Amino acid sequence: MTNLEKYNQAFITALGVEEDMLATLEYQSVPQWDSVGHMQLIATLEDAFDIMFDTDDIIDFSSYEKGKEFMKKYEVDL
Amino acid sequence: MFFYKEIEKYGDASALVTEKGTVVSYEELTARADQIGKAAGQRCLVFSICKNVEESVIGYVGFLRNDIVPVLLSSDIHEELLADLLNSYHPSYIWAPVGQAGCAGTVIYRDGEYALHRTGLAVDYTLDSELALLLTTSGSTGSPKLVRQSWKNIQSNTESIVEYLGIVQTDRAITTLPMNYTYGLSIINSHLCRGAAIILTESTLLDKTFWTLLKTQQATTFGGVPYTYEILKKLHFERMDVPSLRYITQAGGKLVKEMAEEFNQICLKKNMQLIIMYGQTEATARMAYLPWQDAQRKAGSIGIAIPGGELSLIDAEGNPIEEPEIVGEMLYRGENVTLGYAKNRHDLNQPDENRGVLHTGDMAKRDKDGFYYVVGRKKRFLKIFGNRVNLDEVENLLKKEGIENACTGQDDHLKIYITHAEQEKEAVDYLVNHTAISRAGFEVRYISEIPRSESGKVLYSALEGK
Repeated sequence: MTNLEKYNQAFITALGVEEDMLATLEYQSVPQWDSVGHMQLIATLEDAFDIMFDTDDIIDFSSYEKGKEFMKKYEVDL
Repeated sequence: MFFYKEIEKYGDASALVTEKGTVVSYEELTARADQIGKAAGQRCLVFSICKNVEESVIGYVGFLRNDIVPVLLSSDIHEELLADLLNSYHPSYIWAPVGQAGCAGTVIYRDGEYALHRTGLAVDYTLDSELALLLTTSGSTGSPKLVRQSWKNIQSNTESIVEYLGIVQTDRAITTLPMNYTYGLSIINSHLCRGAAIILTESTLLDKTFWTLLKTQQATTFGGVPYTYEILKKLHFERMDVPSLRYITQAGGKLVKEMAEEFNQICLKKNMQLIIMYGQTEATARMAYLPWQDAQRKAGSIGIAIPGGELSLIDAEGNPIEEPEIVGEMLYRGENVTLGYAKNRHDLNQPDENRGVLHTGDMAKRDKDGFYYVVGRKKRFLKIFGNRVNLDEVENLLKKEGIENACTGQDDHLKIYITHAEQEKEAVDYLVNHTAISRAGFEVRYISEIPRSESGKVLYSALEGK
């Protein structure tokens, strides 16, 4: 699996959304991505890439696209 | 006198601070509150749709100050559930945000983003003279059962909370919980009683807005359910710079011992206090608290009874347990024990059924120093992210939809076993759309047959690990 596939899979598993929804997905834009879903998503990404997010990055992780930028910071090339 | 009827004495002190930084003084709060109360007129029943915004709190204060009985409901309430409740309770008015789904009637008064709607439903019931407020117990499964709270209940519990938390007028509590949830409401009551301020926000601990507001508005306290503490842990609370916080509280379910110890250490380093508490809607809000001085040596304990209350244990035969370290059902006695339940409007004239004694349904033990430890529950329910979820209710809801199932699990993790794998999506969709149980709080598993005893009872123990 490529890193991008792993990244997408984390959203699909943690939030229970379909792949075609990902591009425009934002925090609280769907019922599944609420605060509880957010915690699941962060934990899933941390496990998938064996990283640990900083506080500010967890709070700023507000969309599928924005999240991609954060992944670079943790040396994950998508 | 009931404290809400005299809070105008705090005059120009700040009562509410909004997300935008607008300040509502006590003078303004009470004036606007009384306008809403007067618009509703004489004593009657009102559905108050809650959000952590000024109009919601002002309406609530207005109803309590004017002997009007509000039923506090979440603004996330499903349209169908609201319709069922309207049908069961026939409130005279609905106080709701403009555009609230399922809210009907003629608008007779407006304040900001909220409107008072006259429903026109028949008032074919009466309200008991002691009745002040109605709260839901299991909002998450949509049961219409409400808890009946009296003026005395609210007054007594609020005074106890103010006393044991040592709330002072300079305190500023920031909201982290819905105000229709007993714990969220008790924070509002106890601060307004003392002339302190409430910083209102709809944002969660995972929003930047929340932390910016907490810092700029110098919040001194907030409350959290066990899940809130999971989030704080994830956010590395120990590294956060939040010097204005004086203490934080925890209730709404059991915080595991290790987490209690860890957070107590973090709080000590931050020169703030962690106060673990215990309560139920049936006791207005709070029944026990762990004094922060004892937090470390008694980690895992819910502490001692609040001022004016009394905890005790009984065995299976109902006899009192005097010896330490023996498990029994925990009983609570105090003026905050509510009047009882209501299942529909015809129960609203019922007198006090509990007479100051509450069987908590929690199994607990007491140590030799008199501190209580909750070890389990008598009935089948879980706490999912702070909300009580009755497992039998979930089973019945799904059965009504034609889904054969059995529910079990632990707090924050409900397991639903279904016998037809193809019904998984249907079960998930039903729970997501018709209850407030968070998607992340449950899991659906397939099992070929539900294990049952010879008498047909579900053998939940046989489901463990399946």
